[in-house]
Amino acid sequence: MLEALQYQFMQNALLAGLLAAIACGIVGVYVVVKKIVFISGGIAHASFGGIGLGYLLGINPVLGAMVFTIASSLGIGLVTRRSRLPEDTAIGILWAMGMALGIIFIGLAPGYAPDLFSYLFGNILTVPFFDLMLMLTLDVVIIVLVAILYKEFLYLSFDEEFSTVSGVPTERLYLLLLCLVALTVVVLIRVVGIILVIALLTIPAALARQLTYSLKKMMLLAILAGMFFTFSGLWISYALNLASGATIILVSGTVLFISFGVKKLRRRIREQGPDASAA
Amino acid sequence: MTAKELVRLENVWVHHDSVPALEAINLSIKANDFLGIIGPNGGGKTTLLKVILGLIKPSRGKVTVLGTSPERARKHIGYISQFNLFDHDFPISVFEVVLMGRYNKSGLLRRFSEEDRKAAIEVLKTVEMFDYKERQVGKLSGGEQQRVFIARALATNPKLLLLDEPTASIDPNMQAEFYELLDRLKESMAIVLVSHDISAVSIYVSEIACLNHQLFYHGSKEVSAEELEKSYHCPIQLIAHGTVPHRVLREH
Repeated sequence: MLEALQYQFMQNALLAGLLAAIACGIVGVYVVVKKIVFISGGIAHASFGGIGLGYLLGINPVLGAMVFTIASSLGIGLVTRRSRLPEDTAIGILWAMGMALGIIFIGLAPGYAPDLFSYLFGNILTVPFFDLMLMLTLDVVIIVLVAILYKEFLYLSFDEEFSTVSGVPTERLYLLLLCLVALTVVVLIRVVGIILVIALLTIPAALARQLTYSLKKMMLLAILAGMFFTFSGLWISYALNLASGATIILVSGTVLFISFGVKKLRRRIREQGPDASAA
Repeated sequence: MTAKELVRLENVWVHHDSVPALEAINLSIKANDFLGIIGPNGGGKTTLLKVILGLIKPSRGKVTVLGTSPERARKHIGYISQFNLFDHDFPISVFEVVLMGRYNKSGLLRRFSEEDRKAAIEVLKTVEMFDYKERQVGKLSGGEQQRVFIARALATNPKLLLLDEPTASIDPNMQAEFYELLDRLKESMAIVLVSHDISAVSIYVSEIACLNHQLFYHGSKEVSAEELEKSYHCPIQLIAHGTVPHRVLREH
C-alpha cells in the first residue's frame, strides 16, 4: 500500500476521500438530525439528470450535475413544502423523473458514454484534477455557509415552528440546506457515485451521533469517520481489486453495525452489573 | 382605566380541506389577562394558538396582535407547543435550547451577546434548571424538559405567553408547582393556556373560554354546565367558584 502512495492517482484518490469526508461529515449531520434522508436520496438520484445534461451539452458532467442538482433540490423543496402532495410521494416522483431525464439526455447525446458507470457507482481512483478543484471549492462554500448560519441551521433542525415564531427565515433556510445537500452530492459523485451517495451522507453522521450530543462535535467526528471509511475502503479495494465506491460503503455500513452491537452489549453489561452484585 | 389590548380576533374562520376548524371566532386578550381555553381534543385549540402566531392563515376574518399583523408581532410572543413531539435524540443542550429564545433579540447573522447569555442563565435560574444547562434536553424527564421550554419562552421576554397542553407530560405533584410559576409570571405578561383538562386550568386562570370549533367566552370563571356541554357535547364536571375553589359533579 505504501508504495502505491507515490502514484499520482493514489494521491488524488486520498485527496478526493478527504474532501468527500468533509462535505458528508458536515452536511450529513443535518441530513440525519433533521431527518431529510429520503429527500436527500431524491436529490442525489435526480442529479443523474445533470450528468446526462452534461453529456448532451458536451460539458463536464459533474458541472452539469451541479447546476441541475441545485435546481432540482429547490424544485423538490418547494413542491414538498407548498403542494398538497404528501412529501414522500413528491420525492419519489421527482427522484425517478430526474433519473429518467438523465437517460433521455444521454440517449440524445452524440456517441457513447464510456464512463457512465463511474458516475453511478463512483471511482475514486480516476478523479480528474478539475473535479478535485471543484470538490475543494464546494467544500469551502459548505464550510463558510455552515459557519455563518450555524445557529439558524441548528434551530431549523431542532424546532422549526419555534424558529419561525422567533423570526428565523425557516423556509429559505430549508431550501438553502437542500442546496447544501445538492453540493455535497456533487462532491461525492466521483467518490462513491450517485446511487451510493446516500450511504456516505448518513453513516458517518449516524456513527458520530452515538458518541456525542453536541452538533459541532458530531460534525468533527463524522468527518473523521468519513475519512476513515474512504481511506480504509480505498485500501481494501486496492488490495483486493474490488470496486472502490462499493467497498467504501460496505466498510462504513459494517463499522456502523459493529458500533451498534458494541453499544447494545455495553448497555446489557451495565444493566446486568447491579443485578449480578445484588445476587 | 382599561388594560391595553394585545390580541384581537374578529370573525375568524379557519378551514382544513374545506372542513371548518374554527368558526366565527371573536376574542380579545388584554395585558395581564390569564385566559384558560378548554375544549375537547380536535376542537381547534392548537389551531387557535397558531392563528395568533401567524403560523396558520385564517380563511376569513381579521387577526391583530400588538396592533399589527401576527407575523410582525410574533417575536414578542412566548410560545410553548405540545413539546413532547420533539426528537429526544436531538444533539442539543439545555443552554442551547434556552438561547434560542434570544434569537428574536439578535436575528440573522448576529452572534449572541454577553447580555443574551446572561438572560438565558437568568431564566434557567427562574425555572430552577441552571444546574442542568449542559445536559442533553432529550435525556431529561418530562417535567424538566417542560421547565426548559418554559425558560426558552421566557427568554424571549414576551408580552404574551401561549401554552399548549402544558401539563400533558408532567406528573400531578409537579403541576401545582408549575401553576404557581405561572401565577408569578402573570404579573408581567398576559397568559393564554389551552388544555382539554378542565380541572388543570380552573384554579389559577382568571377567565375561561370553551372552544369546540366555536368559542364560548365567559369573561369570568363561572362556567355553566350548559355552556360546557355545548362545547363538549357531553355531560361533564361543573366548575364553580367560591372563596375556596371546588368542583361539583353534575348528575348525569
